Amino acid sequence: MITLTDSPFDAAEALRDFEKRAIGAGAIVSFSGLVRGTSKLGKVKMLHLQAYAPMTQRGIAKAAADANARWSLDALTVIHRTGDLAPGEPIVFVATASAHRRAAFEAADFLMDYLKTEAVFWKKETTDSGAHWVEPRPEDYADRDRWSKTGT
Amino acid sequence: MARLLFFGRLMDAFGTSNETLALPANIADTSALRSWLDNDRQLGGILLEKTVRVAINDTIVSEPWPIADSDEIAFLPPVGGG
Repeated sequence: MITLTDSPFDAAEALRDFEKRAIGAGAIVSFSGLVRGTSKLGKVKMLHLQAYAPMTQRGIAKAAADANARWSLDALTVIHRTGDLAPGEPIVFVATASAHRRAAFEAADFLMDYLKTEAVFWKKETTDSGAHWVEPRPEDYADRDRWSKTGT
Repeated sequence: MARLLFFGRLMDAFGTSNETLALPANIADTSALRSWLDNDRQLGGILLEKTVRVAINDTIVSEPWPIADSDEIAFLPPVGGG
């Protein structure tokens, strides 16, 4: 299940909902990403996240399908915010369920690497020193490359 | 009227996230549109950057790609991830 939303969400509630959907699974892994309070440029006041909804949604759906093809998953969910976010607010939630822990951990990690590097989002950070659009970091690409190097 | 969408820093450069435009008669593909728009809005070449991709009706195209007045044409700077 993939959700793009302009509204704040509660990661704990998202996990409880996911647990209900994943009944019978032996392992659930969840990841919550929060807006950091500081960046290279100083104290973060606000983060603005822009998506191109149909394209963004389709890209995440493809990554989810890839995860399902690669690992044996009972369920997965991705929630991603758009719009204006304050430091500390949840920006992304990923959960995976599987019979055993390894698949759940790896699939969640794989989905997060996709979301952090290739997902169709544009991000504007407002700090004490002004507002600027954030470009991808080289290490984000390195993280993603882990998955192509491990084969299969 | 074509619908134009501007994302990321291009939104700031255009001062809006979208607009409708009657495509000039001699503008038949994405490359011509990039040059015309960049010049018309005095953007100093940012629309000509190769890292800026174009999507027609929400699919990224290889350029030059033909455009029509009924299209949604999106200009996409490199995506930053979430």
